[in-house]
Amino acid sequence: MSFLRVNGLSARLKGAGHPILRGVSLSVAAGEVRGLVGESGAGKSMIGKAVLGILPKAVEVSGGEILLGGVDLLRLPPKERRARIGATCALIPQDPLTALNPSRRIAPQITDRLVDILGWDRGRALARAEELLAEVHIPDPARVLRAYPHELSGGMRQRILIASAFAAEPKLIVADEPTTALDVTVQKQVLKLIAEMQARHGTALLFVTHDLGVVSKVCDSLTVLYGGLVVEDTDVRSFFAGPAHAYSRALLAATPKYTDPQASLTPVPDAVIRDVQAEVAAADRRARHG
Amino acid sequence: MADARGMVKRKAGLKLWLSGGWLALVVLAALLAPWIAPQDPLAQDLFLGRMPPAWVSGAEPGYWLGTDSLGRDVLSRILHGARIALTVALVAGGITCLIGAALGLLAGFLRGWVDLAISRLIDIWMAFPPVLFSILLIAVLGPGLSSIVIAIVVIDWTRFARVVRAEAMAQGAMDYVASAQVAGRGRLSTMVTEILPNVLPTIVVLLTLEMGIAVIVEAILSFVNLSISTDDPTWGGMIAEGRTSVHQAWWVLVFPLVTLFLTVLAFSQLGEGLKDRFDPVLR
Amino acid sequence: MQLLRAVLLRLATTAVTLLGVAVIVFVVIRVVPGNPIAMMLPPGATEADVARLTAQYGLDKSLPEQFLIWAGGVLRGDFGLSITARQPVLDLVLGRLPATLELSVMALVIACLLGGFAALTGTRARGTGGEAAIDVANGMALSIPDFLWGLILVLLFGVLWPLFHISGRVTPSLELPFTTDFYLFESVLRLRFDLWANIVSHMFLPALALAIPLAAIIGQLLKQSLKETMHLDYVTLARTKGYGENHVILREALRNAILPTLTLVGVQFTFLIGGTVIIERLFSYEGLGNLAIDAVINRDLPLIQGIVILFAVIFTAVNLCVDLLYAVLNPRLRHG
Repeated sequence: MSFLRVNGLSARLKGAGHPILRGVSLSVAAGEVRGLVGESGAGKSMIGKAVLGILPKAVEVSGGEILLGGVDLLRLPPKERRARIGATCALIPQDPLTALNPSRRIAPQITDRLVDILGWDRGRALARAEELLAEVHIPDPARVLRAYPHELSGGMRQRILIASAFAAEPKLIVADEPTTALDVTVQKQVLKLIAEMQARHGTALLFVTHDLGVVSKVCDSLTVLYGGLVVEDTDVRSFFAGPAHAYSRALLAATPKYTDPQASLTPVPDAVIRDVQAEVAAADRRARHG
Repeated sequence: MADARGMVKRKAGLKLWLSGGWLALVVLAALLAPWIAPQDPLAQDLFLGRMPPAWVSGAEPGYWLGTDSLGRDVLSRILHGARIALTVALVAGGITCLIGAALGLLAGFLRGWVDLAISRLIDIWMAFPPVLFSILLIAVLGPGLSSIVIAIVVIDWTRFARVVRAEAMAQGAMDYVASAQVAGRGRLSTMVTEILPNVLPTIVVLLTLEMGIAVIVEAILSFVNLSISTDDPTWGGMIAEGRTSVHQAWWVLVFPLVTLFLTVLAFSQLGEGLKDRFDPVLR
Repeated sequence: MQLLRAVLLRLATTAVTLLGVAVIVFVVIRVVPGNPIAMMLPPGATEADVARLTAQYGLDKSLPEQFLIWAGGVLRGDFGLSITARQPVLDLVLGRLPATLELSVMALVIACLLGGFAALTGTRARGTGGEAAIDVANGMALSIPDFLWGLILVLLFGVLWPLFHISGRVTPSLELPFTTDFYLFESVLRLRFDLWANIVSHMFLPALALAIPLAAIIGQLLKQSLKETMHLDYVTLARTKGYGENHVILREALRNAILPTLTLVGVQFTFLIGGTVIIERLFSYEGLGNLAIDAVINRDLPLIQGIVILFAVIFTAVNLCVDLLYAVLNPRLRHG
């Protein structure tokens, strides 16, 4: 039984009505890491945002369901929805430099959810925060908890955000391109850490990224998106053995390989783009008539 | 986006029309006061003291907005008061603008010791309580229209100088100024031909706002009885008189106050509307 | 070391500013036509009487000489004698200062409450008609100066619905047990809430008139920076934790949004204090501003000098405090 199940989720720009998601379906089971891959603008981030209830104001959900532990979030009143997401999900954000509040110390930023939403007492939450910082290999956690974000390095802050995401033992974590803003040396460590934490806590993880190299390292399964449409949904092993969809194959060919970064890259051919755009148009036609 | 832009434009248009319309009325009143005022604004008649406006029972015909304690017609005094208010607005606003903008332009473009001296002067000016300073100046200069103008100029030049200085500094850092300099143009000629046109919209907006402020300063000085001679009809003087008898004759305070309120609001909204219209990047 | 240099530089420029203010006032009021000494004496006084008093007030010496004597006195805390009241200027001024300070601070508090409320509700309702309504109200409040608001408040709440007093600082017939001139403050300390209510009822309208334009500025600026803050990642992250809009605005966004507003409020607060001069006159409130206008009308040179210098000192002190507060509130500067 998958903890997160998205069924036929559609979203569009308010007013103009331009579609952003076109009937997306996917699921993530406990302990599973699902990669969400696509070019920028493919809607991969929007799925994560829709699940966490943080879609931009200009975007509205126009259909489908988001089942979290069997309950459709879209049918819940806003307050209940927020509480449910807060208690069972967490976000690992993209940019560690802007995701911590500069005027608050680290400790309350980790413990606030435990205390306010889950009703822990302060002492227990603080002990938990210290334990978590040790778990993400931060030296001298007590000192770091008292620090302000600007006193810490980018890598350190990303570790704190990861620790904070696991604080309430969520059932599902959405990682929104968590390594894009980091430099390459730090990237590897952070990926390793996320994988390590996920394995230890057995959390379902939705990993949004544009980097198939990252997917090959941390994911069990993946969903490829183009123009808000699911192009391929498969497990990692068979994907890297040979993707089923032409667009996926082209995408894979356009990705630099860790083993041979000097190898020449093939951009996605125009013919493939035309085909996949035709699929998107067909999906729109089906949506209009169905 | 296009939608929001259109809305702001329409709102700016409405602002401009409403405020421009009211100010046009005030200008008309000022120009035509001697012909359209129903009574002599200075004529006193103690038997007609504190007559209420026309629609209240006990009113005296011909005195539409009632009379003050000396029996002078409120409407006629408001119409004649518009002349003084507008004169102050135009003359004081204009001179303040010229002096303040020139100093700000010099400081912001020439930099160096000129900027240092002017900035220091601005700092000193900012440490004065403006109302007290203006009252002090009027006490020194003696009452009268020219004193009021001088007081406003002396006090408010910093408003222009501060903003224009900052703007000129920003413009001076742009490439087109450097290229004009490289082309061998003189500093002052660059300032006038390259910087001034770009700062001009800001100056126009500030001038509009300053005119509203000048009207208020005149009213404040009249209110503390330091403006023009006490007989002359000024809105501030009428308000001062109305304030003392507000419990017996509200109309002596209300009508000049509403006129002053609308005029000041119109000047400031005109400034805001111009700002919206001028600003290419839409604030 | 760097901090020390910054502080010293700041103090030096402040000293230059105050000196400039002193010189300008000194020169300006000595051009006043009309002999203030002659006004003091009863009709029929002889030339000799005038000369004697002129010498007593030091007005027979040259301008630079007068300035040096006066400045030397000021440095020793002696601002000279008031010509009309024949009391030390310092006593007179310090006697009135508390009234003005209480009025200004009350106005500042009202402005922060009103402006803060407008900014928070405006942010809460962003993109709706509610926000547009708040913008319009802000625009109105901003275009009209305190003097006109004062008159409007007199009409509305002094005459039409007489809810408040519109004249004086406290009802004159009341017996006042106070030992200081901080009436509002002391009435609380002495638990005399009857007096407190009376004082507040006198202060409320003038304070509100002073507060309205500042409230509009605070409202506009704070709303703008709140809205910018609401898009930042840490605010989004807080939303995913299960927090609602109110909590997100108050705890995550507000503190970071306040900083840019703060410096501007400092400058604007000095304008507010400058506004007390006319507002005190309008409400016959016995503070420094009212004293100042009387001093100008009576040509009381030493008193005018003293008051203007005091205002300048208050202005610069406020700016200094704001800079300090900024440093305290901004963790980056505190630990940097």
